[in-house]
Amino acid sequence: MRSRVFFVIALAIAVVIFAAARAIDNDYIFFAGYTVLQFVVLATAWNILGGYTGYVNFGSSAFFALGAYSSVFFHKFYPLPIPILIAIAAVISGIVGLGMGYLTLRLRGAFFAIATLALAIVLQTMIVNWDYVGGSRGAYIVRPPSVEFLGNYVHYLFLVMLLLTVIALTVARAIEHSALGYGFAAIRDDELAAEAAGVPTLRLKLAATTISGAFMGMAGAPLPYYIGFLQPSSAFGLEYSVNSIAMPMIGGTSTWVGPLIGAILLGSLQQIATVTISSAVNLLLVGLLLVAFVIIAPNGIVGLAIRLVRGKP
Amino acid sequence: MSARLLEVENLGKRFDGFIALEGIDLEVAPGERVGLIGPNGSGKSTLVNCLCGTLVNDTGRVRFEGRVLNGLPAHERTRLGIARSFQLPRPFGSMSVAENLRVPLIYTVNARRGAKLSAGEIGVRCNQLLDLVGLAEMAQRYPRDLTQVEMRKLELARAMATEPKLLIADEAMAGLSQSEVEDIVKLLIRLNERGITVILIEHIMRAVMSFSQRLVVLVSGRKIADGQPEEVMRDPEVERAYLGQ
Repeated sequence: MRSRVFFVIALAIAVVIFAAARAIDNDYIFFAGYTVLQFVVLATAWNILGGYTGYVNFGSSAFFALGAYSSVFFHKFYPLPIPILIAIAAVISGIVGLGMGYLTLRLRGAFFAIATLALAIVLQTMIVNWDYVGGSRGAYIVRPPSVEFLGNYVHYLFLVMLLLTVIALTVARAIEHSALGYGFAAIRDDELAAEAAGVPTLRLKLAATTISGAFMGMAGAPLPYYIGFLQPSSAFGLEYSVNSIAMPMIGGTSTWVGPLIGAILLGSLQQIATVTISSAVNLLLVGLLLVAFVIIAPNGIVGLAIRLVRGKP
Repeated sequence: MSARLLEVENLGKRFDGFIALEGIDLEVAPGERVGLIGPNGSGKSTLVNCLCGTLVNDTGRVRFEGRVLNGLPAHERTRLGIARSFQLPRPFGSMSVAENLRVPLIYTVNARRGAKLSAGEIGVRCNQLLDLVGLAEMAQRYPRDLTQVEMRKLELARAMATEPKLLIADEAMAGLSQSEVEDIVKLLIRLNERGITVILIEHIMRAVMSFSQRLVVLVSGRKIADGQPEEVMRDPEVERAYLGQ
């Protein structure tokens, strides 16, 4: 299937989802749905680097928070519509992704993972000490009560995140089926052999960190408008880094479907747990599921399904 | 333009205090079949890695078709026409056998031509390459399903997919049975007949002697002999060093 066809189909599904949510007309659906979709984008973004090329990024929250804080900055500096803020966040997080890649991609395996973790801490320290965007106190973002055509502002945010999800999935899928996808997979399987086959590994890895970082920033850009009050500890929350790793791992890292399934499953489960038990259970839930999947289905739900279909032991 | 395809001048490489290669001079003419032998740890693989850009040589120069390669990363040397197979096969495990060949076709042949092969052309090339090495039936299988000798053939097919001028086969036959070794030697000679220069690094003397037109011997990081295979093997220094007498 061509990417354009896929995009149209995904867009159609998104329209149906939005119409159904409007029909149910319960604000909680939009509120919870936004969070789940945000994790779909985040998980898909992580997977472009972590799943396709095999480089584990522990600092997803840094890119996510960067997107959120670029929105906070512009909210104070010169308010812009959310789609433009998302584009700005993509550029900023993408550039930081490129820079991080340039500095760290000569490191392999565990060292790269540690470097990404360090980046998150460095960025958080910078934000904490930057008064203009609220520093450690945090920043209030007063969102407009309503928006044209749609009315409720949360409905608008939900729609924006829904479209972003469609774009992220289309890009991830397009990469998978392109020359870039073959190059990424070759790097994941064997970097030395990839070089010998003519794959410019450093350049491709930089492309992966840039695209991955850009989408993480895009996922974070509308966040201040969604929660209304942003502080460093929530934007750089551990849950973003952990979830963006756990969701693709549970769904399956080798295709675009995996992060989608993993994020919907885990994200919904977390929303249910938050309402019925407590929000503190979230990470415990993720931890338990991750352990279970590593043991039972190391290739995630997609891997499990493929195994069942092919009938291999 | 030089008449030599590959020229190595005073090449040296050390790992901390250990001198892996020192003062290596080597010339390879287009179309030649060169055997490179030496005891374990004599620097054969280090030399291959320095030629292919996997390691950076400390001293000396490598020239390919008159062009100095120093500083070029491995993938650019592949694009210039130097292909290698690895001592231990390193297939792309998540891809089918056919897909393993797509990677060099996309990243070397396409990049070199500037014009892209169509999906159909890539499919045809994959099949031709698999036919060449006798893996046509395994096209849709995965590397984990292959036997050792099939894995070596895949390794050679993937190197061949880059349309090389020079193929460096690093112990392509280690651990194979005698008939399998003959199989690979025949394959390499077939490739050579297509105009590809081949450097064969090997321990199995029968294979080296039946393949090589010229023999180069490395011992402790130095070249101690270079010439006609029979003459080289009669050289007392080679006999002493290589056969441990």
